[in-house]
Amino acid sequence: MPESLSRDEVAHLADLARIDLSEAELDHLAPQLSVILESVASIQGVASADVPPTSHALPLTNVFREDVVVDCLTPEQALSGAPEQEQQRFSVPRILGDEQ
Amino acid sequence: MSGGTDTTASWLAGELAAGNLTSVEITQRHLDRIAEIDGRVHAFLHVDTEGALEQAAASDARRAEGKPLSALDGVPIAVKDVLTTQGLPTTCGSKILEGWVPPYDATVVARLRAGGLPILGKTNMDEFAMGSSTEHSAYGPTRNPWDLDRIPGGSGGGSAAAVAAYEAPLAIGTDTGGSIRQPAAVTGTIGVKPTYGGVSRYGLVSLANSLDQAGPVTRTVLDAALLHELIGGYDAKDSTSIDEPLPDLVAATEQGAAGDLTGVRIGVITELAGDGWQAGVMSRFQESVELLVKAGAEVVEVSCPSFVHALATYYLILPAEASSNLARFDAMRYGLRVLPEGVSSPSAEDVMRATREVGFGDEVKRRIILGTYALSSGYYDAYYGQAQKVRTLITRDFAAAFERADVLVSPTAPTTAFKLGEKLDDPLAMYLNDLATIPANLSGVPGISVPSGLADEDGLPAGVQILAPALADDRVYRVGAALEAALIDQWGGPLLDKASGLEGVA
Repeated sequence: MPESLSRDEVAHLADLARIDLSEAELDHLAPQLSVILESVASIQGVASADVPPTSHALPLTNVFREDVVVDCLTPEQALSGAPEQEQQRFSVPRILGDEQ
Repeated sequence: MSGGTDTTASWLAGELAAGNLTSVEITQRHLDRIAEIDGRVHAFLHVDTEGALEQAAASDARRAEGKPLSALDGVPIAVKDVLTTQGLPTTCGSKILEGWVPPYDATVVARLRAGGLPILGKTNMDEFAMGSSTEHSAYGPTRNPWDLDRIPGGSGGGSAAAVAAYEAPLAIGTDTGGSIRQPAAVTGTIGVKPTYGGVSRYGLVSLANSLDQAGPVTRTVLDAALLHELIGGYDAKDSTSIDEPLPDLVAATEQGAAGDLTGVRIGVITELAGDGWQAGVMSRFQESVELLVKAGAEVVEVSCPSFVHALATYYLILPAEASSNLARFDAMRYGLRVLPEGVSSPSAEDVMRATREVGFGDEVKRRIILGTYALSSGYYDAYYGQAQKVRTLITRDFAAAFERADVLVSPTAPTTAFKLGEKLDDPLAMYLNDLATIPANLSGVPGISVPSGLADEDGLPAGVQILAPALADDRVYRVGAALEAALIDQWGGPLLDKASGLEGVA
């Protein structure tokens, strides 16, 4: 497994994570991320194949509740933090790109 | 010096019950203290003077009718800014949520209100709880009341500093990898991370949802037990909430404070000592263990070999969960929205990218990118999958250790508080602060940090961590209270009496 990240790889990951990074940020973050990755890579091979994974601290089972109406936010409350709203809806920039 | 705020919550509760003090008097004293010193400590991101006094007046009215809502009715509290508060800003220390006022209360906050505790304000934290120094707050760092040039720990440095500086008798923190316990250690206060699922996460803005847990930040073990009983217990709104009654934590504290630990087996963890551990921290730890022995406890050394991999495991699981949890900050429904420059008709994705660049700080970006990498196809098994397996090994280590010991102990953090700025641009050095606290989060077990004294090298506070098996939170209170009582007896008073960082301020 590669244990370092190139500047291009960091730029690609940031794109996947929907974060614009300036050239200066890439210069700053890419070497730091390589150091962190190198460190965490030390766990490779620590657990053998027969060890089951743990996803949660305590064993969980799915939780259901009765299908009854309970109090919830009003539309005004739900929209109260919206950067923009229109006709009691969240107003967002265009979703489709030119190529779509 | 602290305007009558250097008391405890349980003492204040007694004075309220006896009619010697009113909640308005108590709340006003704390607000005065905040006004006087918080310009230098910066424990608070938002102070709700008017709201706190209104809630205090309502508490006094209930009290006059003989109808208090809880033992702590009227005792004010500070809340970490990662828990939603209806009508009060909630920023998580991030620019992306600047000015956001949630339309609902977290369950912890709802329980504080139902118990009648006036909310003084919201405390500072590392952005989205990512950090060990509070320096990653977008609103500037909190300073340690012992030495204003030093960090108060993190991510909950604001809550710990507020309590250490007598700005609040009680506070709420959250602990994902040590964010309650490590600040407690470096500020000479008490912090408890309950068993995972013991306190509701509803309304706690998720960092790593399989690790996050809210808990009490106080100056005494008894105050922590009183607060824990108020906020803990089953909540149908949190699917990971434990549907079982809490153990009797106040009774366990009283039992411990009586000083007899006969028959209690204390396990000292071999792996949490050695190179990189400050000598003064280790000396205070060893003395604490000796005091526990003097109280009748039996000490065994236990080895948890997988703990050496805990840090790496945590820094894969946490970024993976965080990268997914923080995807909700997309500039669409709440929080910041930034339009990219020079784009005539930006798409939602363009806006999201521009917003997250401006709205997130360096540490958040580092962890989101690392998490995105760890979860990406081709690397998933090698990183995230492997980390989940090592998590199993760490839990097995705990299980084996708890066969031989009723509680496990270690220093809470490897060092005392370091200078502001010292580790800000060295992420790995920063991560090492949580070396001892992380295993408990990975396995969900409860832990407390109790002040163990001042390190010889620098005269700064150190802490002892006591861990118990999942659901046995009462044990950390029993042993914590016994240690607290023995140490206060030895010192001739609480450790915080020696804090000098704010001398001459008042």
